[in-house]
Amino acid sequence: MSNTMKSWDNNPVLKIEHLTMRFGGLVAINDLSFNVGRGEITALIGPNGAGKTTVFNCVTGFYKPTEGRLVMARSGGEKYLLERMPDFKISAQAKVARTFQNIRLFGGMTILENLMVAQHNPLMVASQHTVGGLFGLPTYKRASNEAVEKAKYWLERTGLIDRADNPAADLPYGDQRRLEIARAMCTGPELLCLDEPAAGLNPKESAELNELLMYIRKEHDTSVLLIEHDMSVVMEISDHVVVLDYGVKISDGDPEFVKNDPHVIAAYLGVDDDEVDTVEQEVGL
Amino acid sequence: MDYFLQQLINGVTLGSIYGLIAIGYTMVYGIIGMINFAHGDIFMVGAFVALILIVTLGLSAATPVFLLIFALILVLVLAMALTAVWGWTVERVAYRPLRGSFRLAPLITAIGASITLQNFVQISQGARNKPLQPLISGGFQLTDGGPDGTGFVVQLSYMQIIIIVTTIALMAGFTFLINKTSLGRSQRACEQDRKMAALLGVNVDRTISLTFVMGAALAAVAGLMFLLYYGVIDFFIGFLAGVKAFTAAVLGGIGSLPGAMLGGLLIGLIETFWSGYFSVEYKDVAAFSILAIVLIFMPEGLLGKPEVEKV
Amino acid sequence: MKKQKDTLMVASLKDAVGGAVIALLMALVMVGMKVDVASGRGAELFIEDRWAAVAMAVAIVFVGRFVLNLFYWKKEDTEKPRLGSLLPSVSSFSGLGRFATPVLLALAVILPFLLMYWLGSRGSRQYIDLAILVLTYVMLGWGLNIVVGLAGLLDLGYVAFYAVGAYSYALLAHYFGFSFWLCLPLAGILAAFWGIILGFPVLRLRGDYLAIVTLAFGEIIRVVLLNWYEFTGGPDGLSGIPRPSFFGLEFTRGEGGFADFFGLKYSSIHRIIFLYYLILIMALVTNIVTNRLRRLPIGRAWEALREDEIACRSLGINTTNTKLTAFALGAMFGGFAGSFFATRQGFISPESFTFMESAVILAIVVLGGLGSQVGVVIASVVMIGGFEFFREFEEYRMLVFGLLMVVIMVWKPRGLISSRTPSIALSKNAKGISADLVQEGTG
Repeated sequence: MSNTMKSWDNNPVLKIEHLTMRFGGLVAINDLSFNVGRGEITALIGPNGAGKTTVFNCVTGFYKPTEGRLVMARSGGEKYLLERMPDFKISAQAKVARTFQNIRLFGGMTILENLMVAQHNPLMVASQHTVGGLFGLPTYKRASNEAVEKAKYWLERTGLIDRADNPAADLPYGDQRRLEIARAMCTGPELLCLDEPAAGLNPKESAELNELLMYIRKEHDTSVLLIEHDMSVVMEISDHVVVLDYGVKISDGDPEFVKNDPHVIAAYLGVDDDEVDTVEQEVGL
Repeated sequence: MDYFLQQLINGVTLGSIYGLIAIGYTMVYGIIGMINFAHGDIFMVGAFVALILIVTLGLSAATPVFLLIFALILVLVLAMALTAVWGWTVERVAYRPLRGSFRLAPLITAIGASITLQNFVQISQGARNKPLQPLISGGFQLTDGGPDGTGFVVQLSYMQIIIIVTTIALMAGFTFLINKTSLGRSQRACEQDRKMAALLGVNVDRTISLTFVMGAALAAVAGLMFLLYYGVIDFFIGFLAGVKAFTAAVLGGIGSLPGAMLGGLLIGLIETFWSGYFSVEYKDVAAFSILAIVLIFMPEGLLGKPEVEKV
Repeated sequence: MKKQKDTLMVASLKDAVGGAVIALLMALVMVGMKVDVASGRGAELFIEDRWAAVAMAVAIVFVGRFVLNLFYWKKEDTEKPRLGSLLPSVSSFSGLGRFATPVLLALAVILPFLLMYWLGSRGSRQYIDLAILVLTYVMLGWGLNIVVGLAGLLDLGYVAFYAVGAYSYALLAHYFGFSFWLCLPLAGILAAFWGIILGFPVLRLRGDYLAIVTLAFGEIIRVVLLNWYEFTGGPDGLSGIPRPSFFGLEFTRGEGGFADFFGLKYSSIHRIIFLYYLILIMALVTNIVTNRLRRLPIGRAWEALREDEIACRSLGINTTNTKLTAFALGAMFGGFAGSFFATRQGFISPESFTFMESAVILAIVVLGGLGSQVGVVIASVVMIGGFEFFREFEEYRMLVFGLLMVVIMVWKPRGLISSRTPSIALSKNAKGISADLVQEGTG
């Protein structure tokens, strides 16, 4: 395995090349390159403050990277340079969806409405940019019904169907996280970026999350890029793990490889580079 | 050049008055994040209190200078104290019950309080203009109008000096108050995080009340200055002065004391120069346009802290 | 037990004395002494004292606070008396919404005839006029509701679009002789156009910055109208604005007029009733369009924008365009209302388009309950209707208006109707969403 070409280098859905992000004098990400494999679950891990969320914000257009390229290759073959696109176009055209570390739902709207908002762009087209919809043209009604069906599908997948008409802010924490994923999936993404989806979940919810992510990958051809602290989630479901520390990539490989990488152990346990050898001996490498 | 100098002097004077009012806006915005729309009317109340006190004391240009200065200081202190009570009451009645409520509610009560104050003064003091004979006249002539006496005479009146000096003194005092005293410290703490400040034993309600009291007292100073400088007031002066002063606060960077002063000066200068060189009618348009332009390109104002959008 | 009572008594007394002292300090100068210009002695100022009024004010505050402390707030709450507890607690109007709509609508449709029946054509005139005024504010409130209530953009210069609509009609009629029916859509389009022009640079501003810049724009437009004599007539305004016709029939006496055509006896009330139905229809169109928009993707995007702009962007919504459409549509309805105002008055001047108008319209939207269409109606009836009703108390009514704004807000900070109806639901009996969960927007 280690000698052959890695699956994620073969036909990556997202290529991150020499990504650098500086805030004033602070270098949040330094020359980061890695690939996100098509149809795979890629985990981005690292200690607090390693720059993981910054990578996400660059990928989804909320930050403009200082340097580097982000190439999104859709399954149809179209390529998008994400660093040149405004955030909303990254979702609308390059089909990259995301969730947020501190959940951002439309709290005063119902769960169903949240999922309808996510289908804004196709519905906008179906309503002839409001004009047709205003006069009640049948094309819009049909599209609207389809959108409701799609929303119902995801509500069933996430077990939220019974509460479809409740305001999103009323949901318990774990349900809110799942709703955010369902909402992102309603945009029909090819790459789903999840920022700590398991944070604050109990073990049962965490297991359900794993199941949902596996399902998304399997049934929807959606590649997943996730930031996670929960190692059980990372090791169980990811195909590929990238480890960041102080904005620099320190390890990149399959879960088994990363788990045993002394650099990773050092970063997590907090030892200097020159002590790595000692640590390696201690852990029996 | 002489004309320019004269406009500069006039602009700085007007700017000082705006700056004093703007501090009230900026402090309140800093601490509870609301536009205190009634602040302009507090300024108006301050001007009226000052006027009534001056008339009661029977001051006129004929009063001996030392007596006049002593009396004016008395008027200033009394007007500050009495206007502060008004500021305190507005906060207590219209804003405190809405603390922690959603953002638009205090904005509406502020507008309501502004309407109430305006109409209250209109009823209690009458709608007519109140002209006051000038108390302090004269000044320095900085230029003599050239050898043939036909040039422009630049005047720096005593009144202008008093306004500018008072403003500088008050600014210095307030900067000291905010930076060095425990009240200032509580105020800055409340600005940062009201809940945490309360947990650490800061009396948040009292700090906010004191902020309003200080703002109102400064507005009263501005009111007295306005009265002495322009010599005429009515119940409606608060609105425009208030809007301009708020503009000044935003321009300078809302929440920042030096910013409020700087913004006030800029608005005063823009207005006088525009009137002096272009047209008097469009001076407000000039001030507002500058505000719009600054905000569009520099949303945090000149000296404000940039607001970081957290994703 | 006895001791408890005493402390309550003492506490109440203390509090009442405190209140009375504050009232005394406030009233002493501002009420007790009235400064005025002496008529006989040049421009000399003199003081007229009114100590009795001061004493009364202080007494009222003292007794009021004392009684309230003793019997209403009780001791546990003496520290923080809430005005809210003073007023009857109406749990929620939310249930009222669905029920009230058809009743209000039916009442609005038959109102002129009801009034005519009761009061005769002469006596009902002033009430129909008042109803027209209320409906104008309802329409303005509904227009602004799109911007503030749905999209969560705080606009303090809405009156600018009202002015653009009014002046568009007046000027188009004046220079080109266009009729009302041609000018109405043009005025709306022009106002929308101005909405986009003003909106484009400012919509990336947030919260209070947006508020103050829109306020500034409103003032700029007013000052320009005030000073551009050649074009707008300056402070003198524009007069002789043509009245609307009923499908080409003028409301004039004699041959070819509306009364003549329908074989009625000429009466000036016909025009008033026509204007009433005109604004009723215009307002209803605003309402219907808004309600439809709420169920369309654009309307949901507005509300989503109010809830969380960043999440919107992550879902592929072009937030700039979405804000602009809200701004433009709100402006358009303001423009329609403006041209109605112009045709109804026959005369307009910058006087009618001050910041106070913007504040009143915004107050109607917020007092009614952000985003609630019925709330706007109730607030307009209470504020504008009530205001005009107390015409006899000319002096005091503006004061009461201001106080009412404060009292209603303190009583119900979320407005009278504080629940949001979902735009779409799976089940038939979906409940309204409590306003506590609904965001108010940061834009």
